[in-house]
Amino acid sequence: MMEITLSHYLILSTILFAIGLVGVLKRTNLLMLFFATEILLNAVNIGFAAISRYYGDLTGQMFAFFVIAIAASEVAVGLGLLIIWFKRSGDIDLTSMTSMKG
Amino acid sequence: MEFYLYLALFSPLVGSLVAGLFGARPKTLLTGLFTSTLLFTALVSSTILLVHILDGGDIIHVELMTWMATGDLYIPFGFVVDQVSVVMMMVVTLVSTVVHIYSIGYMDHDKGFNRFFSYLSAFVFSMMILVMSDNFAGLFIGWEGVGLCSWLLIGFWYHKESATWAANEAFIMNRIADLAMLIGMFLIYWTTGSLQYDIAFAEFAHVDVETLTTIGIFLFIGAMGKSAQFPLHTWLADAMEGPTPVSALIHAATMVTAGVYLVVRANPLYDLIPDVGYFIASLGAFVAMFAASMALVNRDMKRIIAYSTLSQLGYMFVAAGLGAYWVALFHLMAHAFFKALLFLGAGNVMHAMDDELDPFKMGGLKKHMKWTWIMMTLASVALAGIYPLAGFFSKDLILEVAFVEHHYILYAVLLITAMMTAFYSFRLISLIFHGTERHKQHGFHPHETYTFVLIAMSPLAILALVAGFLFKGSYIEMVTTLLPATEYHIHSPIVFWIMTIGTQLLVGLSIAYAYRKYEHAKIDKKIEDNFFYKLLINQWYIPHFYEEYITKPYRELSMIAWKQVDLKIVDASVDGIANIFYKTGEATHNMQDGNLSTMLRWMVAGTAVLLILAVAFTTGYLMLLLAFIVGYLYVNRLRREYVR
Repeated sequence: MMEITLSHYLILSTILFAIGLVGVLKRTNLLMLFFATEILLNAVNIGFAAISRYYGDLTGQMFAFFVIAIAASEVAVGLGLLIIWFKRSGDIDLTSMTSMKG
Repeated sequence: MEFYLYLALFSPLVGSLVAGLFGARPKTLLTGLFTSTLLFTALVSSTILLVHILDGGDIIHVELMTWMATGDLYIPFGFVVDQVSVVMMMVVTLVSTVVHIYSIGYMDHDKGFNRFFSYLSAFVFSMMILVMSDNFAGLFIGWEGVGLCSWLLIGFWYHKESATWAANEAFIMNRIADLAMLIGMFLIYWTTGSLQYDIAFAEFAHVDVETLTTIGIFLFIGAMGKSAQFPLHTWLADAMEGPTPVSALIHAATMVTAGVYLVVRANPLYDLIPDVGYFIASLGAFVAMFAASMALVNRDMKRIIAYSTLSQLGYMFVAAGLGAYWVALFHLMAHAFFKALLFLGAGNVMHAMDDELDPFKMGGLKKHMKWTWIMMTLASVALAGIYPLAGFFSKDLILEVAFVEHHYILYAVLLITAMMTAFYSFRLISLIFHGTERHKQHGFHPHETYTFVLIAMSPLAILALVAGFLFKGSYIEMVTTLLPATEYHIHSPIVFWIMTIGTQLLVGLSIAYAYRKYEHAKIDKKIEDNFFYKLLINQWYIPHFYEEYITKPYRELSMIAWKQVDLKIVDASVDGIANIFYKTGEATHNMQDGNLSTMLRWMVAGTAVLLILAVAFTTGYLMLLLAFIVGYLYVNRLRREYVR
């Protein structure tokens, strides 16, 4: 049975981050974009928690808590806006949101 | 006494400002009367100061306030009334008072009546600063002030193109000279550490001759501009475009003598550099003859008198250059009186003849304008230097100076010029006042001017008559306490009498010849085809030369600077920079397509680039290259995407 080291956690974190990044770049559904953002944030959280454990320093885990709190509030606000947008336009496709075109 | 100093200095300013308030209004007689009264006040104050100085009173030296004080540089608004400046103050205030009163009559029907008086008083104020300042910086303020007023007054009738042209010519020529003057002043400050006359002059004794020569030359170039010496002389004749009282006050009696005043004032400097002095004297003699030669044939009344002024300024410079500063100042004073009178008389004639300037169209005017005739004849006799009028005492003295100092060539030149002076002066008198009444063919109805104008002119006539023998003694006594008191006496009485009587005879003959020749105002065709006549009537082709070889090449150069340098280099580079930003914006504004995904991609790209750069700089440049390639490919892909 292989021992799980810090690098395993970091690799997992990186893979999750990459998945999240691709999701952010590729998805056109706004809801999916939120999911991808969550994945990004939690990838970072894994990194924080793992390194915190590795050094025996609680600061990283504290940070992870903050990130979770911020992610929650972000989703709360974001979903609220999303619902309003859906009520107005009837869809949540990113490609239709071009009112900021330069 | 300080009170009188300030009164003399500031009353013209008050007059100018008050008249200036009414500048745009139609004629109000009050401005003329008000400024004239204030000028008269200045005249009375100057007279009181003159009496004070004549009685051997102390030199009045006041400091109104500090102007500049930084580090070692200290320049106050300081004014001094000493033996030299009080003479200048008298000349300036006296002539300008007369001219102010005269102008009330002369400018009677002019739309710019109030404006005229404002300018005229402003000129007097500037001139007073020029002569009363106790340092070079103050003198320079006055110097520029009179230049400005001269420009305003030459171009007074600004709707006439020739007037504005002449005004600009005068101004530009003076600017050229003023640059030299400024350099001279900088050098003075550089070598002596002060611009105050007394301090600087005291320091000059310890300065080497080369530096002093440079200073002397530069200051004299400044003087050449104001006093219209060759080669900066062309503006003076063209300045006759201005109203005639202006010609009398500025371009004959006062402003143009500022150059002579500068040399006289800087006499401790020029005493140390006799070589420069000799150059000044030679140039003066040359200008005296050169200007007189142009006056011989000219057919414009005012221009003839202007050339005569130029010629007399040459005389003054001869005296000043040879170290006879008090003689120069004396001639300056006497000349101011009779030349102003001559010009004012010419103004009367112009009024009578509806601004006609060609004396060949006049003739026989003495019947209609008796008093003007008498005064102009008087002024011309004084100018010619006939005993016992003012010109005899001042001008013959300059001849004596040249003789006593053994500059026989200068003496000969000046003697011939004296004959020429007599000739052209009486050519003018003869053509205007004597002979047949040719003006009838041209339909003029000449009439004498207002009586009050004639009365205003009379003090000048009296002074032209008596200034010589009445004032010479006390003048010499007063002025030589400040200026080098060199006596100019010809030792042998026989030589003295031969010279004096000889000069008088020659001058008298010239007068008689001029009378006879021009009594009938016949225009001799043979003379007019003569080469010399053509040379002289075209002013030795010097204006033509300036036009051809300075103005035109300068214009060409300016065209090149405009078309090639300014448009193709300066403008092009500025436009180029603006274009880069404009084009960049044009090319990249598609980026802002409003799609959140695209924005996120750009954000990621940016982050990635920064990240890669950070890594690359810590690990090596190979990575940097790699990063660029990856980055380029990524960005290119993005571009393609949004172009699609």
